Amino acid sequence: MARFLTVRIGLLLVSLVGASLLVFTVLAVLPGSPAQVILGTQATPASVRQLTIQLGLDKPLWQQYLQWVGGLASARLGSSYISHQPIGAQLVQALQVTGPLVLLSLVVGVVVAVPAGMVGALRHGRLAGTVIGVLSQIGVAIPTFVGGIVLIILVAVKAHLLPSGGFPGWAEPGQSLRSLVLPAITLGLVEGAILTRYIRTAVMEVLASDYLRTARAKGLSLGKAMRRHGLRNVLPPIVTVLGLEFAGLIIGAIVVENVFTLPGIGTLLLSAVQNRDLIVVEDIVMLVSGVVMLVNLLVDLSYRFLDPRMVRRT
Amino acid sequence: MSVQTTDPTPVPVPPPSVVVVTAQASLFRRWLHSPSAVAGAVVVGVVVAAAVVSLFWTPYPPLAVHPSDALRGASAAHLLGTDQYGRDVLSRVMSGARISLYAGVVSVLVAAVVGVPAGLVAAQRGGVAQQAVLRLADILYGFPALLAAITLSAALGASTTTAMLAIGIAYIPVFTRVTRSNALVVLGSEYVLAARSYGRRPFAILRRHVLPNIAPTIVIQMTLLFSLAILAEAGLGYLGLGTPPPAASWGNMLQEAQNYLGQDPVLSIWPGAAIFLTVLGFSLLGEGLNDMLDPRVRR
Repeated sequence: MARFLTVRIGLLLVSLVGASLLVFTVLAVLPGSPAQVILGTQATPASVRQLTIQLGLDKPLWQQYLQWVGGLASARLGSSYISHQPIGAQLVQALQVTGPLVLLSLVVGVVVAVPAGMVGALRHGRLAGTVIGVLSQIGVAIPTFVGGIVLIILVAVKAHLLPSGGFPGWAEPGQSLRSLVLPAITLGLVEGAILTRYIRTAVMEVLASDYLRTARAKGLSLGKAMRRHGLRNVLPPIVTVLGLEFAGLIIGAIVVENVFTLPGIGTLLLSAVQNRDLIVVEDIVMLVSGVVMLVNLLVDLSYRFLDPRMVRRT
Repeated sequence: MSVQTTDPTPVPVPPPSVVVVTAQASLFRRWLHSPSAVAGAVVVGVVVAAAVVSLFWTPYPPLAVHPSDALRGASAAHLLGTDQYGRDVLSRVMSGARISLYAGVVSVLVAAVVGVPAGLVAAQRGGVAQQAVLRLADILYGFPALLAAITLSAALGASTTTAMLAIGIAYIPVFTRVTRSNALVVLGSEYVLAARSYGRRPFAILRRHVLPNIAPTIVIQMTLLFSLAILAEAGLGYLGLGTPPPAASWGNMLQEAQNYLGQDPVLSIWPGAAIFLTVLGFSLLGEGLNDMLDPRVRR
């Protein structure tokens, strides 16, 4: 186990360094100097030169890279090239929207997918099972931005039940939650559709297993057999998918925030891209991909914890 | 798995051609019996037809602006209505199909052209080369595709090319893994051992034995990834990171239409429905092909 941990954490670090090199390189080879972009076409060469030095962009690339990564590692994120606001404060602000959105979506996804997946498996080949199969197939093909717009039309524009977008801040939690409902349903349902299919497959595999047949043969009811023998075997694949879903939700939030004009991480990232505020882009991309990689590592670890067979195999 | 070998040398030659023909006939019959695969093929057919027809005919020029006809609903003159500049929506959806398919094809090809050879090399050489390829693939796989696309378009500016490149790069590791694991199976077979024993070079073995045998798997993977690539391209377009307006892509049409949800909600439905149906069509087709050709799924 210790050896496995070391290898996996080492791999995570290598991946992070690889990703940071990739991000830095792509943005460093960009044509035109950032200082020029910030100052606009009217700027004199002297002022461009001065800003370049001020931003530290005249130093060799490896020094710039080390400075950036060092800053990231010590949580000194620097300031935006454009608005001069510290990036850390902007991120904290944005996380207050993205964090709750992702968690709410996860709840929606699990609440929908666990029962739907179970019923889909238990009623496989009958009406309920087929309906769930078809619905989840459709759900997988709906992009979040299309689903979100359809929900806005139905719930916000036609029925005036919930706001179509925007976020009032957390001063009035009731209002804030109201504006997160539609985005969370959008994201949760689409991710829930994928989750449903995985749960259905996992449960069907257990239902077809020899040990469950044995348990039934010695007289346990289906419910009891599932609780005693089935659940432990259903859990590992579902935890894996949940972890992957969590990563998917973080990425999906970037899109959904854009649909509902929520001032979260995704909106911050996209406006930074449009303004070519490269340092903000670099920081957010690294932050989000770091979180995604960390979640993947945790999933791997939990898998071994939940399924002792995995440990013996390696 | 059927073995295809055109080798003139005395290698153990698998099933005679008669058997192969009946196998294919039953494949086709199996395809007809899978309603979802047929539905997928029909949808894909319609989308491809729309894209091809749009090359030389659309009801109106997709970029022609008529401010006086703006935001008209469906009518005999404009079957799907007009957008905020009075452009014909049907024409734009048709020409959007072209961009979607084009982006899908190019990004999947980018992924396959890099990923398949990398997987072949990893399987053939083993050792350090294999480890290096796999670790690189892991790093790339762990890096979210959308973030790669956002980074690329921050660097290069938003365009169809940027979007295709980003999507293609993101899918390289998928092809590398699938190719490697399938190639390893073929490389372990007796006919490859035979080929090696009479002195065929590694490259020739890959080309004559491995590639033909893993081709079906790769084609299925391409179909499945194709639907994801179309989804990704539409998403990037919607976020303003793909094909820039005024050219019509389903993603940027949806983004523009969202500003008019209050006046004309149906305007958003058309590009949205086009994306949804196309993605559904290709994934049904891909899964159908997979079930047909994967012996483990046969019941």
